[in-house]
Amino acid sequence: MDRIGEVIEASTTELAAQCYELYGVPPLGSLVKTADSSLELYGIVCNAVTTSLEPGRRPIARGKDEPSEEAIYRSNPQLTKLLRSEFNALMVGHRKDGKLYHYLPPAPARIHSFVYLCPPEEVKEFSQSFGFLNILVNAHLDISTDELIAAALRQMSRAHQERHAFLVTAGKELATLLSGRFDQLKSVLGRLKE
Amino acid sequence: MNEETTQKLGIVVSGSLTQGVEVRLDGSASVEDMAVGRYVTIEGQKRRFFGMITDVSLGFTDQRLSLTPPDTSDPLMAEVLAGTSIYGTLHVLPMLTIGTDASLEGPQPVKTVPSHYSTVNAASQQDVELVFGEEDERKFYIGTPLDMETKICLNLEELVKRSNGIFGKSGTGKTFLTRLLLIGMLQKSTAVNLVFDMHNEYGWEGTSEGHRKVKALKQLFPSSVAVFTLDEESSRRRKVQTDFVVRIGYDEIEPEDIALLRQTLNLTEASVQAVYQLARAFGNKKWIEKTLELEDGEETAELLNRLNIHEATFGNLRRGLETIRRLPFLVPKSPDNTVSRILEYLDRGINVVLEFGRYTDVTAYILVANLLTRRIYARYRDRTEQAMGEDTPTPHPLVITIEEAHKFLNPEVSSQTIFGTIAREMRKYNVTLLVIDQRPGGIDTEVMSQLGTKLTCLLDSEKDIDSVLAGVSGKNELKSVLAKLESKQQALIFGHAVPMPIVVRTREYGSAESYKSFGLVSQADVKKKAEKDIEELWGQ
Repeated sequence: MDRIGEVIEASTTELAAQCYELYGVPPLGSLVKTADSSLELYGIVCNAVTTSLEPGRRPIARGKDEPSEEAIYRSNPQLTKLLRSEFNALMVGHRKDGKLYHYLPPAPARIHSFVYLCPPEEVKEFSQSFGFLNILVNAHLDISTDELIAAALRQMSRAHQERHAFLVTAGKELATLLSGRFDQLKSVLGRLKE
Repeated sequence: MNEETTQKLGIVVSGSLTQGVEVRLDGSASVEDMAVGRYVTIEGQKRRFFGMITDVSLGFTDQRLSLTPPDTSDPLMAEVLAGTSIYGTLHVLPMLTIGTDASLEGPQPVKTVPSHYSTVNAASQQDVELVFGEEDERKFYIGTPLDMETKICLNLEELVKRSNGIFGKSGTGKTFLTRLLLIGMLQKSTAVNLVFDMHNEYGWEGTSEGHRKVKALKQLFPSSVAVFTLDEESSRRRKVQTDFVVRIGYDEIEPEDIALLRQTLNLTEASVQAVYQLARAFGNKKWIEKTLELEDGEETAELLNRLNIHEATFGNLRRGLETIRRLPFLVPKSPDNTVSRILEYLDRGINVVLEFGRYTDVTAYILVANLLTRRIYARYRDRTEQAMGEDTPTPHPLVITIEEAHKFLNPEVSSQTIFGTIAREMRKYNVTLLVIDQRPGGIDTEVMSQLGTKLTCLLDSEKDIDSVLAGVSGKNELKSVLAKLESKQQALIFGHAVPMPIVVRTREYGSAESYKSFGLVSQADVKKKAEKDIEELWGQ
């Protein structure tokens, strides 16, 4: 399984993780998981950020005399260590005793637990049920929930062979959740195309 | 039940017993495949319900969907919205319940509604068969439901126990439906028919709208149908094999017969009263003859004065009687007793069709139909009463078929005509009516309410529809069904002989195959079979 980072901040609804590789953040909407001894927690990537290691020090422009972007990193090898990539994941479910639940875990993730990007089979298994959509619809995030829902469904649909059928089923689930909020439904459905 | 034939349509979301239930359609069921008049079954928790679609509508969860319609050319958008945000709804009128053990109880009238979110399926062939039964020695196949091949059967044994009506606008298939029903009665019930055939359609050949010749009763069942005619010449020209030529003597016309013709003869109320006085003065048998013989003069004036009849009234009455006298089948003295002849045939179980030939005039029709029926009914009453007292067999149940029924059964005259009496008192004396009419609105409501089974083709006058559906539960729902019938070969049947109202595409009639389906074999086939039999006999 693809280990991509480590939890550095956790709450019941969200976790923040730092990537091992600079710019190694998973795509928006992808399913990630972390585990402790009894619980596997699932989250959907809802935000990512790359910043300076020290909050007070902003990076400076260095490429004036360099021919390309790669050349900047080549001539300043310390940069990869002074910058870091982080991402946030919205908790959407958990697995306990081998059983999947599409609602919030009983406890938040532990700091320094490893975060993995879920392989397609696991994404497929997780997306058999759409209980998590309700969490996404009601989340208060910096980015619009429409964007997040659309991104998550786009990501998940890749794990399904019958992509269109999957999106239709998910769309119908959403239509029920968003009954009376047709504008929102329309904007999500409009973002499902690839 | 067979899984393959069951198509889930949706779920029950609301409703009431009196108004029917609302069914929300699934996304997979297209609203365009639904049709008013189709059958559905509702799987309740404890029993199954059998109902009919009475309305189809479109719904949405958000008003904005109608204000700013989404782009449905996008297949994803269209598929997602169908059945969720935009959906079809059906209005279903539950009619019957089928208990868990249907074979024991059979379908029962509905007294409750299915619970919330009960599944609604399209009715399968088996369901329809379970409700309407299969063709057997008492049930006659009348047609098929709109989108199925199942045979819908009428229980004719039950049907003939009450008076029935066939209604519909001109050209909607009343005549064909009547022919079918007459054949059904002939084959499947013990009743005999007396048909007053105003337009010569039931005894011998008629034509369909495509000017194709259509066989009628006598040609199909020569041994059990007799054709009587009022107009020998017309029958001969049409090459009809008639059994009896009807002549009616003046002595057979009673004052009541004239009273009934008041409207058609344009008589005043006083003239009708004068008829009774004249009949008292001259005697019931001779009054017409004598009245017509009266000449203007002292004697007549004196007579009128004595009877207290005004001269103008007498003039009015006389003009009316002259109209009657011009009817060629009326003779001063009839050579044979028509009523006895008709009864003779009816007693032998032979159906009688009385053709009117060229006398399609309403006066002739009302006069003859009423006159004959009154006497036949009186004889039937005597014999039924006698049978009650002496334990002799009751006469064959008799069905009298009349056309243009609103002329006999309109509110003004229905209380006077014998038809009104028969319709009301019905089956006590084993005589019932088969009423055929295109203006049911003109028929007395009291009579309409007594009709057991009504078969109605398309009607579009509001008054007629109201009158046909008066007193039926779910009237408003049936109204929309009735108004949406096709103008041909479709009929709504409801009442005593069917467990629930049903729209049928009436059985094919008029082709060689259709005759065969009545169990009839053509001459050529008989010959072929005979040849084959001979061959087999000699071959052995």
